[in-house]
Order: sequence, then C-alpha cells, then structure tokens
Amino acid sequence: MPTENASLTNAGLTNAGLTHANLAKGAQTLGIVAAAALVVFMPMMVELFDLMQYTIFAVMGILALSLGFIWGFGGIMSFGQTAFFGLGAYTFAVTAINTDGGWSAVALAVLVPAVFAAVLGYFMFYGRISDVYLGVITLTVTLILFNVVNSTAGDAYTIGDAPLGGFNGIPAVPGLSMPGNPDYFFGPEENWYLSAGCLLLVYLLLKGVLRTHFGRVVVAVRENETRAALLGYDPRIYKLLAFVIGGGVAGLAGCLFTNWGAFVSPTVFSLSTAAQIIIWVTIGGLGTLLGPVIGCFLMQYLILQIGTQQSFNADLVMGAILLAFVLAMPMGLVPMARLLAWRVIERLWPAGAGGQDADTADATPDARMAEGAK
Amino acid sequence: MDLAAVLTLDVLNGIASLILLCTGLAVIFGMMKIINLAHGEFLMLGAYATVVAVDSGINIWIAMLVISPVFVGLVGLVVERTFIRLLYGRLVDSMLATWGLSLFLVGLITTIFGNTIKSVPSPLGGFTIGAYRSSQYTVFLVVVAALLLGGLWLLMRRTRFGLIARATMQNPDMAAAMGVSPPKVYMATFGLGAAITGLAGGLLAPVAGVLPTMGAAYIAKAFITVVAGGASVITGSATASGLFGFINQSASYLTTPVIGEVFLFVFAIVLIRLLPQGISGRFFRGSL
Repeated sequence: MPTENASLTNAGLTNAGLTHANLAKGAQTLGIVAAAALVVFMPMMVELFDLMQYTIFAVMGILALSLGFIWGFGGIMSFGQTAFFGLGAYTFAVTAINTDGGWSAVALAVLVPAVFAAVLGYFMFYGRISDVYLGVITLTVTLILFNVVNSTAGDAYTIGDAPLGGFNGIPAVPGLSMPGNPDYFFGPEENWYLSAGCLLLVYLLLKGVLRTHFGRVVVAVRENETRAALLGYDPRIYKLLAFVIGGGVAGLAGCLFTNWGAFVSPTVFSLSTAAQIIIWVTIGGLGTLLGPVIGCFLMQYLILQIGTQQSFNADLVMGAILLAFVLAMPMGLVPMARLLAWRVIERLWPAGAGGQDADTADATPDARMAEGAK
Repeated sequence: MDLAAVLTLDVLNGIASLILLCTGLAVIFGMMKIINLAHGEFLMLGAYATVVAVDSGINIWIAMLVISPVFVGLVGLVVERTFIRLLYGRLVDSMLATWGLSLFLVGLITTIFGNTIKSVPSPLGGFTIGAYRSSQYTVFLVVVAALLLGGLWLLMRRTRFGLIARATMQNPDMAAAMGVSPPKVYMATFGLGAAITGLAGGLLAPVAGVLPTMGAAYIAKAFITVVAGGASVITGSATASGLFGFINQSASYLTTPVIGEVFLFVFAIVLIRLLPQGISGRFFRGSL
C-alpha cells in the first residue's frame, strides 16, 4: 500500500472536527498518558514480588521493541536479536564489576552491541544478503557467542576484575546506584521506575525516529528496495543504521536485565530466548511498535502461568501458538484489533475521511499482510 | 606418518558429519526454497527413534539405517501435508512456522521422555594406527556419507523420480502442463529430505548425547553449510562440507574445539559476504 498516497489524501481531508486521523491521534496520546500513569502508580498498586515480575516484563518489552523496529519497519529479519541483548548484558556485568556500579556501564552496554551490530550489519547489508540469509547469519552469530561465552570457565577468562565464568555466568553483579549518591543502590521500586520508564522512553524515541525523514526512508526501503534506490537513497546505509539502532536498544534491554537480576549467564544468548522474541513480534503484530510489547507481555504472562504447573512443557505451548498465528492470523493481534476498530468507526461515522492517519498507514501494511491477502 | 593418517581420518570424519547433517536440509531448501528451522528437531527425532528402537530390542543397524529414516520421513510427510503446503512461496512465514514446529517438537519430546540424556552404545570397536587409536565408527560414517551423496546423485540423475523432481523445481507450471502433479512432488521431496535428516539423526545417536534440545547444537552448522553451499544440492553440500569440515577440524586441532567452531563460523560469514550465491552459485553453475 503506498504510504505517501494515504498521507496526501489525509492532508486534503482534515476538514471536519472529528476526522479519523484526529481520533487515532487522540487515542494514541491517551494511551501514552495512561502508560505513563501506570509507570508512576504501579508500585503503590501491587505487591513487591509482582512488581519485580512486571519489571522483567518491561525489560523484555524493550527487547521486543528492538526487533519490532528492525523487522517490522526495516524489513530486516534478525533471528539472533539475543546476540545484542546478551552482549549488552555481559558488557554491563563486566563494566559494573570493574567500576563499582557506575552509570558508564549503561552507556557501554548500549554502545558495544551497537558497534557490533554496525560491523555485522556492514557484512550483511553491503554483501546484499537477503532476508533468509540474514536470519541464518544472525542466528549463527548468536550461537557462536553462546558457545564462546559458555566455554569461558576458568581464571584465564577474566576481563579486569570480572571473571566470565563460562556456563556458570557472572554472579553478584553490582546494580545501579542513585546518580550523585553512590552508596544508595537501586531497590525494586527504583528498578521498576528505571525499566518501565526506559520502555516508555524507547517506545516514544522509536516512534519519533519513524516520523523523521530517516524513518520514512527506512520504511520505503522495506516496502520496495529497488524503488527506494531509484529515488536516490542507498538502501544499504538505511538498513545498516536501522540495524544499529535495534542493536543498541537490545543492548539496553540486556543491561537492564542484568541490573534486575544481578546475574548474567550464557542463556541470554540462547536459541530459546531468540525464538521467544520472534514469537512476541509475530503474535503482537509486525509493523507496529505497540504489537511487540503487547505480544511480549502476553507470552511472558502465559509462560509464568505454565511454569506453575508441571504437566506440559512451555516450549510445546509456545510452538503451538506460533504455528497457529502464522497459519491463522499472520497479521498479529494489534493490527487485527486496529482493523476491527477502524471497521467499527467507519460504521459509526461513514462520512469521515477514508484514510487512516499517516502513522497508522505506515504501520499496518507490510509484506506479510500482503501475502496473507493472497 | 601415523599422526598424519589419524588427522586425515579426523578431517574426513568432520566432513562426513557435515554432509550427513546438512544434506537433508539442502534437499528441502535447494529444491523447494523452504527453510526448515525444525531441521535440528528432525535430527533429534531420528536419534530418539534409534534410542527407542534399540531399547525395545531391535538390532542397532536396523534401528539406525531403517527405522530412523522411515520414521522421520513419515513425520516429514505429515508435516508437509498439514501446513508446509500452505506456505510455499512465503519464505518468511515458512521459517516462522517451522520454528514453531521446532519448539513444539522439543516441548513434546521433553514432555514424553523428560529432559535427560539417553544414549546407545557405539556398535563398532576401535582400531590402532601406530601409537594412535581411532574408532571404526568414524570410518563407517565416512562411508555412509559418501554413499548418501552418491545415492542421491543417482536418484536425481538416473531415475524417473529425479527427472520429474528436477523439472518441477525448475518450472512447476510447465511440469504441471506435462501431467506432473507438483504438490505430490513437493510432498515426496520434503519426505525425502526429512528421511535423510532422520538417517543422520540415527547415525548420530551412538556418538552424541540424545536429548530434546540436541538439535540446537547442529542447526547453525547445518544452515551455514547449506547457505554457503548455494543452490546446487549435491555439489553445494559436498564442497561446503569439505571446506568447512577441513577448516573446523584443522582449527580445532591447532587450538580448541570451541575456537575451531568460531573459526568455522567467521570463515563462513566472510565467504557468504564474498559469494552471496554460495559456492555452487559461482563455481559449479547448473550442476546438481
């Protein structure tokens, strides 16, 4: 679906007071305000144990956003997003141990995966490797990292004061402390504010990035790489930059993950984590930012519930859900809900502007929807 | 001299394992353009089939060479009929669906057999070369890998099925106009690929720990080999396996197995950067 047309029609049709575009914008603002309120008041509403669970939900939500951004908008299917997640987690652990919980560890935990993504992305995009091969290569890189880190048991593998610990991981990673007061370490409440705040912030930042010229070109490259190239944009650099942003965001998630549990082990690179992220994005909805987060929350909640019983395995359920979504609802939950909402609204206000607003128009059409329509 | 012989055997073993690991995947990917992310789990099912058969008193050779490929081949047919056939031409969706299948199978086998390592004893003894010892099973694997490639070549080049299969892969519409039923050919090809993978899994059972998540250990190697091999199923698998097996084993010998593996992967990524169409896309155009 041509994005430009949608926004052009829309610009011409902002006549009446209640256009559909305004409605969507209003709903969006309302949603963000509600989410912000939830971040602020959550610690007063739930028990401490639950708050810690929700904190990890938020951390994983950031990871989901990183893939939702590069896959849904950049068209880059990275099967190994855990590579950057794990690198962020390990970078934070190693730096935090060496610097006693400094905030520089956070910066490095974003920077190192971003640089790694730049190097890897250079190989992939400048080699003009297409989507399937991208998946295979990123998956392979994750598994290499898993194997390498797994085999670093022993004193020989130490960075500064931090032993890498092989499959045992790194225990007792110092958490973050209050800026300006190094003796006051973050408790569960502060960590909730930090992680949930970061989730909201990353969401808004990515949303903002997509509204810039750069973001529009990234989406254009996803829609049709040749056409974008003929318009004078080098698709490789746009894909590479999108990939680097995704890597940095995944690194931030990894850093918050280590900070949350004060522990990191090679499982951050594992194949099952990699699979989970893909599942979150797929069921939540490719081509949206909200979808991956919602998919992530739903699946984590489900796995938490499955974990409390013993009769069947969580992998079995996740696999079945992924299969069911790919076969029956390849669009995902959020785009589906949005579509239904639009149908209802169009029924209620049939005379309104036919188009959606520019942001949602960006978000809904994607390759998989087109395929699903075939 | 003895050392050289042992090292050669080691390298040959590495190459043979790679060929066994990746040929089934290469058949499915090269001929049908379906990336089967449940490949590792097909291996795992093959290994479990052998373990279960041996435990119930069946001769290990029959278990490895007959029961495993037949069982996994049948699983492949069921999988193809239930959902793969809905996903032809939808590359990304087929990857996602087979990944879902892979998780499902891991969960299923864990639920049935538990998360413990099973094993079967290696059926062949060892032999000595000078001061070194090696296992006859290694030699057996090399022979099976060679036979597999040779057999596949004969099947594709010299039989009616091979002709029909190749024609369908090149141009399904034309083949259909000539009276071939492409869905049937796809079904058979997927079953064939799955059966080869099952065979590999069965052969792996005596030398690897058999557990539900074992597929993950092999999947990356198999994929990178197939991708680096390129579109030609047999020459691609053979050349890429030969190259990667050699590099992996020599690097492992010079350093450690983990470094050997890293070396293999880095080399593979550089190779794909230089030859995006794979080895056979560049050097053996039009070969099988």
